[in-house]
Amino acid sequence: MSAVLAAAPAIPLGQSGKFVAGAYIVFLVLILVYVGIMAMRAQRIERELAELQRELEAARAAGTAADEQREREPAL
Amino acid sequence: MPPTTTHGQGLRGLAIATTLTIGLALALIFFYAPLDADQGFVQKIFYVHVPLAIVSLGGFILGGGLAIGYLRTGDRKWDLRSYVAIHMALIFGIGGLLTGSIWAKASWGHWWVWNEPTLVSFLIVLLLFATYQPLRFSIEDPERQSRYASVFSVLAGAFVPLNFIAVRLAQQYVHPRVLTLGGGNLPGSMRLTFLVSLLGMALLFATLWKYEMTTKNTRFQVRRLRRTLLGEDAVRPAGRSAAPS
Repeated sequence: MSAVLAAAPAIPLGQSGKFVAGAYIVFLVLILVYVGIMAMRAQRIERELAELQRELEAARAAGTAADEQREREPAL
Repeated sequence: MPPTTTHGQGLRGLAIATTLTIGLALALIFFYAPLDADQGFVQKIFYVHVPLAIVSLGGFILGGGLAIGYLRTGDRKWDLRSYVAIHMALIFGIGGLLTGSIWAKASWGHWWVWNEPTLVSFLIVLLLFATYQPLRFSIEDPERQSRYASVFSVLAGAFVPLNFIAVRLAQQYVHPRVLTLGGGNLPGSMRLTFLVSLLGMALLFATLWKYEMTTKNTRFQVRRLRRTLLGEDAVRPAGRSAAPS
């Protein structure tokens, strides 16, 4: 760490260090909050897709059962 | 069924380019750019604050430009693009305002200075665009919502450069003037660092814009798929929203 600081003349963490750190943290937090919200939306889409898949399978199963029922019934 | 849109295409490459550019920018800021003789270490805020503000203002203008696309064609994808651009620009603008405020406190001893034209004009632009979402939310009919929002975006987007010129013409120059039409007052190493930071911020804007467009389009496609496969009744009615539906 000391070697990094020695190689970086631009990191004198004095009185102004907290302001610089604050500004960059604000930027980071903004991006993280945004990405977090977008991740929640992506999860919601994933849930909707899973629900759609379940409903489709249920509809398909119901259709197959109805076909089998028709095949078993004698034609009039 | 309309063809599937592919907003996600190229998102990975864009995200990698953004990460690399912002990483390079941070390395340049803290390991290459010299300390400012006048402001010292506090000047490092400049590399995040100014690109945030510039990209934000550019995003507002972009939103206005994309809204022209809607007004010309009536295609709602342009409205969605404009909406997302303005949404992103607002987020970047809030970032610019907060980081600027931190810089002002460190440099001037005040979080906010009301007699500074650059600060106040930026706040006016931000507040103007802050009314965009309430405007959309107040209109229930989607077509009218898109039309009114597009007109607003074009007018407000045109206000941004006018506002910028007005500030430049203002007499009081308390705010540090580091970028001018003549090339600016930055020395070479600082200018390079600033340009890389600006590029990184612009790429971040583009990545997040694309990311949000992809998410919204995927959601629309799921709803459309549900409607096609299971019928109109299977789709829950969408409530009133500020976002294009």
